[in-house]
Amino acid sequence: MRDVIHLNKITDFIIGDAQAERAVPPTGFTARLTLFAAAVMAFLAVFALALSVSAARLSERWASELAQSATVRISAPQGQMQASSEAALVVLQTTPGVASARVLSDAEQRKLLEPWFGPEMPLEALPIPQLIEIIEDEEGLDAEALRLRLLGEVPGAVLDDHARWRAPLVAAAARLSFLGWFSIGLIFAVMGAMITLAANAALAANAKVITVMRLVGAKDGYIASAFVRRFTLRSVTGAALGMALGVAALLVLPTGGPQDSLLSGLGFQGASWLWPLAIPLVAGLVAFGATQAAARRTLKELR
Amino acid sequence: MAYSYGDGELLGDMTLSLPAGSFYFLTGPSGAGKTTLLKLCYGELLPTAGQLRLFDKDVRALDRDGIAELRRRIGVVHQDCQFLDHLSIADNIALPLTVAGQSVAGAQDNLAELMSWVGLRGRASALPPELSGGERQRAALARAVIMSPDVILADEPTGNIDWEMSQRLLQLLVELNRMGKTVVIATHDLGLIRAAKSQVQARVLRIAGRRIQQAGADL
Ligand SMILES: Nc1ncnc2c1ncn2[C@@H]1O[C@H](COP(=O)(O)OP(=O)(O)O)[C@@H](O)[C@H]1O
Ligand SMILES: [Mg+2]
Repeated sequence: MRDVIHLNKITDFIIGDAQAERAVPPTGFTARLTLFAAAVMAFLAVFALALSVSAARLSERWASELAQSATVRISAPQGQMQASSEAALVVLQTTPGVASARVLSDAEQRKLLEPWFGPEMPLEALPIPQLIEIIEDEEGLDAEALRLRLLGEVPGAVLDDHARWRAPLVAAAARLSFLGWFSIGLIFAVMGAMITLAANAALAANAKVITVMRLVGAKDGYIASAFVRRFTLRSVTGAALGMALGVAALLVLPTGGPQDSLLSGLGFQGASWLWPLAIPLVAGLVAFGATQAAARRTLKELR
Repeated sequence: MAYSYGDGELLGDMTLSLPAGSFYFLTGPSGAGKTTLLKLCYGELLPTAGQLRLFDKDVRALDRDGIAELRRRIGVVHQDCQFLDHLSIADNIALPLTVAGQSVAGAQDNLAELMSWVGLRGRASALPPELSGGERQRAALARAVIMSPDVILADEPTGNIDWEMSQRLLQLLVELNRMGKTVVIATHDLGLIRAAKSQVQARVLRIAGRRIQQAGADL
């Protein structure tokens, strides 16, 4: 196995040698066990993967919203609104942690209120507070200190960092994403263990075949490859089936609802739909490694 | 060299050399160690003392792949034939080619010729358990020679077949020896040895009492 794997070696591996294949008899239940285990594990892996990808997506979105969702709300009598806003901006410009601050235009404010009052509402007639949007820099701002300063310097100005309650959610989503990847690791570990068991059973059941093959001059690598090829192809097939079923299940999952909900947002988007295709490939690698190790070990023991 | 299975020496301190192209019989009472000596000769067992060289190579210095390559040069007719029962007789005979990674399709003519040489022309697709004792022995011989080995080892090849059939088998082995191959036949069938002596210059080795001795010419 020291030499480089060439493409034609891989195709040889897939097409195989029909004659050589027959030397090892079909291995009944181990074949079905491998196929079944690979399919089930791949099915589970699709969901773990979807969970990871969705949670990572949510965590990213929430984190970016968090970074720019502090506002200062100014309530002042009609005539003093402008002056108060300017005073607040001055305070904000000298506050550490504030990357930029901007007074929202009337149009923007109207848009924010639309969902609650409808498009026809004559907002001019209402005493609407002025909003200043704050974009924080990486360090983040010290909300308590800012609050105290505003209280002293700009009466009627209130800092609203309402999105802060989401901070633990961001952490939780990130953790969930990690747990998803961890589960995928566990799923493939179990797949490897099951395939090792099945391969060991197949090797043990074929001890006599192995003896005869050796008597007529078969090398260990040749005997091992007969088993490795079978188990790898079976695992890839099973995993592809399980993956297809898992993806189908995701596709029929009800969608819609708020964009940032984990439940209705579980799944892949855009290019991330390609992720599940990696599952059969990884399953193939796991099966290859597991069977190769099992075969080498057994062949060493069967002297 | 010497060999022991653990409980006392079975073959003690024997010195032997088999020149290429010779024809040997290996005889001795049951349990004397004939099969054991043959197993040493194709690398299934390693001597427990002393040195054994096959084709001028020290067997102890060979790894498993080395042993596998060695076996491609030594055709063995095993006492119990050692077929794969799920494969047809033709596939069993071709197995040494298969495991050596050689094309069986390309050797079809060769295989057919070999099968008719051992008188199994019509039995290609039969499974091993469907064959008679004599047919099995001849199929085993065909498998032993398909790689055109330099040496043929046969362990009791006439063990459970009738006289006529054993004569046919002997004839095949004599033919192989005339082609220049070294032949060693383990047997306790003295009739077979006598029959061979009229056809070929055969030497007889006898294992008795842990030793090997050249048997007298009066056999
Ligand atoms: N694998 C083994 N383990 C222990 N003893 C063995 C083994 N194989 C053979 N023997 C013993 O070695 C002796 C010689 O066996 P064998 O070489 O088969 O004799 P032969 O072929 O001359 O009849 C016998 O007593 C047999 O019981
Ligand atoms: Mg014997």
